[in-house]
Amino acid sequence: MGETRGISKSPTGIDGFDDLTLGGLPTGRPTLVCGSAGCGKTLFASTFLLNGAREFDEPGVFVTFEERPVDIVSNVASLGFEMDKLMEEGKIWIEHIAVDPAELAEIGEYDLEGLFLRLELAIEQVGAKRIVLDTIESLFSAFTNPAILRAEIRRLFDWLKDRGLTTVITAERGDGSLTRQGLEEYVSDCVLLLDHRVHNQISTRRLRIVKYRGTAHGTNEYPFLIDQEGFSVLPVSSLGLNHKVHEERVSSGVPDLDVMLTGGGFHRGTSVLVSGVAGSGKSSLAACFADAACRAGEKALYFSFEESAAQTVRNMHSIGIDLQRWLEAGTLRHIAARPTFYSLEMHLAVMLREVQKFRPALVVLDPISAFIGNADRLEVQSMLLRMVDFLKSNGITAVFTHLMHSQEGATETDVGLSSLMDAWILLLNREANGEFNRELYLLKARGMAHSNQVREFIMSDDGIKLTPPYLGEGGALTGSARRMEEAKTRRAEVARRAEVQRLADVIETRRRKARAEIEALQAEMDADEMELRRMKADEETYLSQAASDRDEMEKSRRA
Amino acid sequence: MIEDMTGAASPPEALKLVLYVAGQTPKSLAAIANLERICAETGPGKYVVEVVDLKKSPQLAREHNIVAIPTLVRQLPTPIRKIIGDLSDREKVLVHLKIGE
Repeated sequence: MGETRGISKSPTGIDGFDDLTLGGLPTGRPTLVCGSAGCGKTLFASTFLLNGAREFDEPGVFVTFEERPVDIVSNVASLGFEMDKLMEEGKIWIEHIAVDPAELAEIGEYDLEGLFLRLELAIEQVGAKRIVLDTIESLFSAFTNPAILRAEIRRLFDWLKDRGLTTVITAERGDGSLTRQGLEEYVSDCVLLLDHRVHNQISTRRLRIVKYRGTAHGTNEYPFLIDQEGFSVLPVSSLGLNHKVHEERVSSGVPDLDVMLTGGGFHRGTSVLVSGVAGSGKSSLAACFADAACRAGEKALYFSFEESAAQTVRNMHSIGIDLQRWLEAGTLRHIAARPTFYSLEMHLAVMLREVQKFRPALVVLDPISAFIGNADRLEVQSMLLRMVDFLKSNGITAVFTHLMHSQEGATETDVGLSSLMDAWILLLNREANGEFNRELYLLKARGMAHSNQVREFIMSDDGIKLTPPYLGEGGALTGSARRMEEAKTRRAEVARRAEVQRLADVIETRRRKARAEIEALQAEMDADEMELRRMKADEETYLSQAASDRDEMEKSRRA
Repeated sequence: MIEDMTGAASPPEALKLVLYVAGQTPKSLAAIANLERICAETGPGKYVVEVVDLKKSPQLAREHNIVAIPTLVRQLPTPIRKIIGDLSDREKVLVHLKIGE
């Protein structure tokens, strides 16, 4: 695992931690885990040990200086580790080293050879590759001679190193130093700091790699979780900008919206921001996305920071979206958590873990603006950036809703999110003529030609519909103003049609009249021509008569 | 590994002592020598002493919860008392062994 050049590493099996350290803890070397009381040191150490025995075939010894073995077994049992079973199988041994200073007197020189012998016995017994010392600092309260103790602890660490044991040493955090007894001076290979901070009454656990000799590692503070699934670290900052790009389209669940995008729908892996004022239909649109993903046979994960699952289901029922069946089928998961429930980091951590577990194709965060109330803007922005990066790098389509407090300057989100998003749908709620009407505007859609029109956003029993608004003389109109204007237009149309009909009739009459006149003139002309033909015939008759008369006269004169 | 340094049958009021050492280290040898001297000086028969070499039987370190070497354990009378170190201060050793009597 990780980089093999340089030092070799032993995986801890802790979610995220092995990624963070590119492989785990340094093999054969001691690692110091320090932190204040109750921050999870012992749990980290036991998880490392138990995972080693269970998953990596590296048996281990747990040396406890404080807690009794039965307590350790029952502590990790609540996290699903069957430590007693591993002990029966001879893969784990708990060595309880209890020193009661009350029954002890020191007279003269001594050393801790007894401890070494016991460790050696335990190590040989299970063939240990890993060892945990929890917490060796207890010895300082048991023995009064610190010079001997320090020399012996140094010898112990060298001894463990010589045996090639991957060691985790836990230590309590001191004032101004990492550990109370300055143990860090003996451990130079790897030092981890666990922290448990409360800010605004919200606690966050964080882990930091103070030092890790001979390897690259993340240097930030990383949030970690301790819950029923054990210890998990979320290296949420280690994400880059090298996401895979998808050409495939996914439907928004609103056919009219898909049509507004050339190619139909958003690209898979797109992050869509849906912003709008209260009641503008953000959650409904987000639910449409989730519904569409489930319809397509994919899984969707819905994080709600304001509504419970039942409430979301009921509300979406009113617009004809049945989310209940997807919840029952297991393709939709609804997770409701108040923003104040965890810190921001923890929210992010929880969300990332849920995403990793559920592997959805679509994630909805409704609404992201809920975080702004109890956190710094920059923190919110960085958290969302990491969320967006994470989802994108996994090819998961994301829908973020954002509540705007005013529509003035609507192109600015409170957290400057727009640049993180690939697509931005703006929902407006406009008041005109005594009514509010919803409008949808596709402000941005990276890599896609899209309609620049404002659409009226109509929610009804059978889903969401987008209709082009009426573009009248007084600008774009929606709602009843649009319907009134449309009626007016219809009336005008009827009137205009009647006028055209009337004009057509007039022209027809005129045409008929003209045709009659033409016929009359034609008749007159026919009569004239007839007269002319008759006169021509008379003329010919007269001429031939005259000729025959002349012949007659000539004949009679000769006779 | 276990030797009876007095050889005598233990009287009822005897102190039962166990000295845990680890091999022939200077500290172990010094502790054995110091204990022998103390026993001899305060009167034979008062102590029943066992010397346990944990190098040879390390499981006894686990069983008796021994961390430091050398450790002298007063097993009887109860309560158990432990003295760690090479027992170089005779007076202190006697004081600690007699506490509770």
